Amino acid sequence: MKADPKGVLTGSHYLDGDHACAEGALAAGCRFFGGYPITPSTEVAERFAQRCPLVGAIFIQMEDELASLASVIGASWSGLKSMTVTSGPGFSLMMEHVGLAVMTETPLVLADVQRGGPSTGLPTTTGQADMMQARWGSHGDYEIIALSPNSPQETFDFTIKAFNLSEKYRVPVLLMMDECVGHMTEKVIIPAAEEIEIEPRRFYKGPQGKYLPFKPDKDMVPPMVKVGDGYRFHITGLTHDERGYPDMTVDCQEKLVRRLVDKIRKNADDIIEFEEDGVEGADVVVVAYGITSRVTLRAIKLARKEGIKVGILRLIVVWPFPEKRIRELARQVKALVMPEINYGQVVLELDRCACGQAEVVLVPHGGGWVHDPDDILYAIRQAARGKRVGEGIVEYHRKKRG
Amino acid sequence: MTEIRFAGFGGQGIIRSGIIIGKAVSIFDEKFATMNQSFGPEARGGACSAQIVLSDEQVLYPYVTVPDILVAMSQEAYTTYESELGEGGILIIDADLVRPRSTGAKIRLYTVPATRFAEELGNRIIANVAMLGFFTAVTGVVSLEAMKKTIPSLVPPGFLEMNLKAFDRGYAYGQDVLAGEKAEKTKSPLKRRNYHVR
Repeated sequence: MKADPKGVLTGSHYLDGDHACAEGALAAGCRFFGGYPITPSTEVAERFAQRCPLVGAIFIQMEDELASLASVIGASWSGLKSMTVTSGPGFSLMMEHVGLAVMTETPLVLADVQRGGPSTGLPTTTGQADMMQARWGSHGDYEIIALSPNSPQETFDFTIKAFNLSEKYRVPVLLMMDECVGHMTEKVIIPAAEEIEIEPRRFYKGPQGKYLPFKPDKDMVPPMVKVGDGYRFHITGLTHDERGYPDMTVDCQEKLVRRLVDKIRKNADDIIEFEEDGVEGADVVVVAYGITSRVTLRAIKLARKEGIKVGILRLIVVWPFPEKRIRELARQVKALVMPEINYGQVVLELDRCACGQAEVVLVPHGGGWVHDPDDILYAIRQAARGKRVGEGIVEYHRKKRG
Repeated sequence: MTEIRFAGFGGQGIIRSGIIIGKAVSIFDEKFATMNQSFGPEARGGACSAQIVLSDEQVLYPYVTVPDILVAMSQEAYTTYESELGEGGILIIDADLVRPRSTGAKIRLYTVPATRFAEELGNRIIANVAMLGFFTAVTGVVSLEAMKKTIPSLVPPGFLEMNLKAFDRGYAYGQDVLAGEKAEKTKSPLKRRNYHVR
């Protein structure tokens, strides 16, 4: 299906990442936004609210983040593509309803414009420390999809991708932005509506009495109906059967939660997306995501000038993690390096998937700024020697001036 | 690659200036321009700066490291950022808002009474646009055509004429300064250095 031209602001624009996110949502067909302002994500809400009357969308500022995500879940069941945005503290408050959205298989997009934490932390500066919260933040067992853009253009593109994935798999999709990308202004090209591919919602079209809201199709994903269309159905966060009624038995739990996990795991090859450059024949591969992947490219340029054989694997989809590819790479290279703006989160997955076959190097950063490319370069140089295979996650610290 | 910092107080249109330069370069001059902003929690009056990185290829590191051009529209901005400027860098200050101290740094200093121009044109709010006119003339990092195409999309329609006048005033002043520089250069290179280079 092609995008509805009403929401597509075709042309070349000079936008920051937050505004690009709002435009991406509108282009993807998002017509409901429920949110609560928080730096550095507020501009997404502002832009969406401003554009609402022109596009025919609805914006509600809710009383807090819990209510925001609750409103988005409700709006999605009413048939509208829906989203919210937030940052660290608000992301924490939304965790309960992330679980509800997973359990009720509600398609929605939640953008987290990451800032420095924990707690109130660094409201106006950047971080990447919510990555594991994105993966595991809500209680219970589940699989989720998270994307990580590194520019305003990608924020536009990936917001559309996020909506498409959430509709395809009936799962909340997290757009893990960060303050640097959110507040960075660059050229964003918005294509014509007919060039934007949209995943339409899969609606059930059978007779009213026969609808089973949680009876999956072959791909493990059930079709939906709209609230108010005359179908009677029940939705609950309790373990439920295909009718949506609570069935708190071991068998039902196994059937339901197994499917919630498997619909992502077994379709992982379709969901996972990454970019590689110079990986064949490399001694070192840097695995990076978000703004850090961009800063890494500068370090790689410098390292290649020194003759180091270094490639990059840039994660577009961070969760699910490209386990298979990392296993392959670990057998081919001396070292895998991960710079991230935290003290080691996604690197835990990297280390797990490396299976002791390659040295795993973390280049941490506490947040508040992006990496100094020289710190990444230093780690690449050390890693190229590949002497610490099997030691777990290692770090190299360059002596700072002064 | 050219790294630029625009700095002053919140409310002076500092970030708007960054957006105008970035848009002109990336949309109309068809190069790459990444703009980042930093500001305090205050709506007006706090320290504020826009960082713009211009390049012929994709900008990888999005922040300014050693600026080639610093535009200071407040004494505080000048004091905070002056020492960042690289050798041969260009420093542009508002003549009435910044009093430069004498340092040994080898930089090119330009002064322009941007705020005074704006006041003479009827509203000091357009001082940043007068500054942009001057900036365009003396730095050459963005084309005049691109700036002229960009400004209408980024100022309120009712104030467009006033903004364009301010831009032209700043630009003309910049051209005069360059012409004066050239004349002095042919007359006495030593004197020119004393005048513009500290």
